[in-house]
Amino acid sequence: MLYREAGQFKTSYEKDAAIFPILQDRIGMAVVLVVAFAVVPFVATPYVFTGILIPLLIFSLAALGLNILTGYAGQLSLGTAAFMAVGAFAAYNFMLRVPGIPVLVAFALAGVVAALVGILFGLPSLRIRGLYLVVATLAAQFFIVWFLTRVGWITNYSTSGVITAQQVVILGYAFTTPAAKYLLILSIVSLLALAAKNMARGNVGRSWMAVRDMDVAAEVIGIRLMRAKLLAFAVSSFYCGVAGALFAYLYLGTVEPEAFNLDLSFRILFMVIIGGVGTVMGSFLGAAFVTLLPVFLSVTVRFLDNILGLHIAESTISNLELIVFGGLIIFFLIVEPHGLARLWQIGKEKLRLWPFPH
Amino acid sequence: MKAIKHALLGAVIFVAATAASAQNEQFVPVLSYRVGPYAAGGSGYYGGAIDYWTLINMSGGINGVKLVWEECETEYNASKGVECYERLKKKNGGASTVEPLSTGIAYGLFDRVAQDKIPMTTFGYGLASAADGRVYPWVFPIGTTYWDQMAAMIAYLGQKEGGVDKLKGKKVAFLYHDSAYGKEPIPVLDALAAKHGFEALKIPVPVPGTTQESQWLQIRQARPDYVIVWTYGVMSTVALKTAAKTGYPKNKLLGVWWAGSEEDVIPAGDASKGYVSASFTATGTDFPVMQDIKKKVYGANKGNLEDPTRLGNVMYTRGVVYGMILVEAIRVAQSQFGKGKVMTPEQLRWGFEHLNLTEARIKELGAGGLFPPIKTSCADHEGSGMVKFQEWTGTGFKQVTPFMAGDRDMVRKMAEETAGKYAAEKKITPRDCAKEG
Repeated sequence: MLYREAGQFKTSYEKDAAIFPILQDRIGMAVVLVVAFAVVPFVATPYVFTGILIPLLIFSLAALGLNILTGYAGQLSLGTAAFMAVGAFAAYNFMLRVPGIPVLVAFALAGVVAALVGILFGLPSLRIRGLYLVVATLAAQFFIVWFLTRVGWITNYSTSGVITAQQVVILGYAFTTPAAKYLLILSIVSLLALAAKNMARGNVGRSWMAVRDMDVAAEVIGIRLMRAKLLAFAVSSFYCGVAGALFAYLYLGTVEPEAFNLDLSFRILFMVIIGGVGTVMGSFLGAAFVTLLPVFLSVTVRFLDNILGLHIAESTISNLELIVFGGLIIFFLIVEPHGLARLWQIGKEKLRLWPFPH
Repeated sequence: MKAIKHALLGAVIFVAATAASAQNEQFVPVLSYRVGPYAAGGSGYYGGAIDYWTLINMSGGINGVKLVWEECETEYNASKGVECYERLKKKNGGASTVEPLSTGIAYGLFDRVAQDKIPMTTFGYGLASAADGRVYPWVFPIGTTYWDQMAAMIAYLGQKEGGVDKLKGKKVAFLYHDSAYGKEPIPVLDALAAKHGFEALKIPVPVPGTTQESQWLQIRQARPDYVIVWTYGVMSTVALKTAAKTGYPKNKLLGVWWAGSEEDVIPAGDASKGYVSASFTATGTDFPVMQDIKKKVYGANKGNLEDPTRLGNVMYTRGVVYGMILVEAIRVAQSQFGKGKVMTPEQLRWGFEHLNLTEARIKELGAGGLFPPIKTSCADHEGSGMVKFQEWTGTGFKQVTPFMAGDRDMVRKMAEETAGKYAAEKKITPRDCAKEG
């Protein structure tokens, strides 16, 4: 009853093509943004910032990057973590070697470097697809991490291969408190998410989706495959690279190539699959599911253990978390193979009729 | 109505009681890992520490102050570890110290512990230059670092040859875990190779290292006089097995201390008999403190290990030693800031900086010979640098040397130089230790 577009007439093409054509959606989004920007910074504790919100936003960005490639353009990839690593190390080197470079420029350039590397490793996609492409991107994952550990110049000849990120200072303001870091990340992620949404709705996105659905047909209707595929690799890697730089500079504070291993690539792929392939919102939902659920489970299991006085052995609790997490993933994929974003969509459809379904 | 009143009263008493008990509890967050590829190490290590704390609590705590702890599963993953640290640092009146037992997590926490002013211990791993307490006031690589271990290994090899000068012209291969952990000792290896005139052949093994044929082929071609095996987890077992397969004599292998526990050598079977590895603690259940844990803690069914036969093995022993040193640091801090009080992290740091565990004191703790004497100070956060070597006999570890040190002066000088460079890069003004007590 409340969520219903009846009576909202679109009188211009502009209105018809808006991101959120329905008034309720616009209000909802505005509320989310206001809460995220203006309420959360005042109410959240440092733990919520550093333990939950910051990693959530960064992983959302990485998942969004992969979603552009896998969800929109249909190119499966297992090299996400490696592209993040490229971004992190590129940002470090720009900051180190270019005196006085503004941090945001370094982040953007890091994204560009990652995009170039992405294009390079995207070249095989012109010839191979599906699982074979996964193998090619797997090569990227291993090669890049190997390269970053092997070439001393990249880590400024640090003996252990681990580098410490420089401080983030913008216009003389040092981003050291959790709230400040959160706001900076939130701004960057919001802007990039808006850009992604627009890209996906526009010409570029349509050509990606055409390639995804059937590349021969896409070619026939005049889409240049090489351009579309490589652009998808470039844009996706740009997003991952920026996410990697944020991960290094505003989350961990250090970078070691080992942190960007295959395991992380898989986790980001799971975020995309669970959240919803080919949706911007799904990237956020998926990242929330994969990063928050384990924390939630571990807190709840321990809380229940305390309250009920069960005294379960610690190792059982640790294993229990993993078992429940795995079970939930399977459950969600059976209930809704199209991911959480699809569940949200169904929920909206139901809301339109609620409370009078007949 | 009456029932509600009673319930309320009960609740009030309960709250009051928990508040009262909280006043005399020292909280330690435990960033453990009990699942995943490193679970065997994590569960043994934290099991040992927790068992020792249980023992202390059962005998009345530290001057009446009981230790409380809460675990959080890190899976040996840096970002999970950071989340766990953030989750636990404010709980139960605040964390007094943290020990992640993972190089990756420790790196992620360096800046955080300095900002939160919580001392972090890194027993037998982590950054060697953190031994310089002037630059790293909140990090404590108590005991020994990788650099000292490398120096001691070369000293041990020198002993085997009949003097370090005999190492001249020899070839020592360094087979290492290709990560921060494996690369850490390379500067010391290079410096010692230049000093003693031997050749160091560095061979990286990519993680996880389940196949090492090509590396051992390289070793077979180069015919080094010794191979230092600097690995962790399954990589260690594979190294031992592959060495046997390629016919490299096992008495010429020398393992790092993380490649010298029961979990590493037993799966390798015969290939590990006679293999010597380093250690920063002794092992076994003969020590009075181990007997106490067995009798009192496991006797009362309060033990942390699910499999009590692991009691006394290498990782477990190291955990007990960590538990013990933390308790001693609290004791030292209490003697300065008030006995029977809960120490703040700052006060505990003072305790860590003024440890003086003499042989007599270690014996008093029921652990004579379990670990070397440790004396820390504001500038020296390491306090010992001693390593011993043990040989796997097929059924247990035989101690082949007493606690010994390598070229400590050189290592300390290198640590200070590296720390100084770090301070310059991060614009840290080192503390003036002469001014602090």
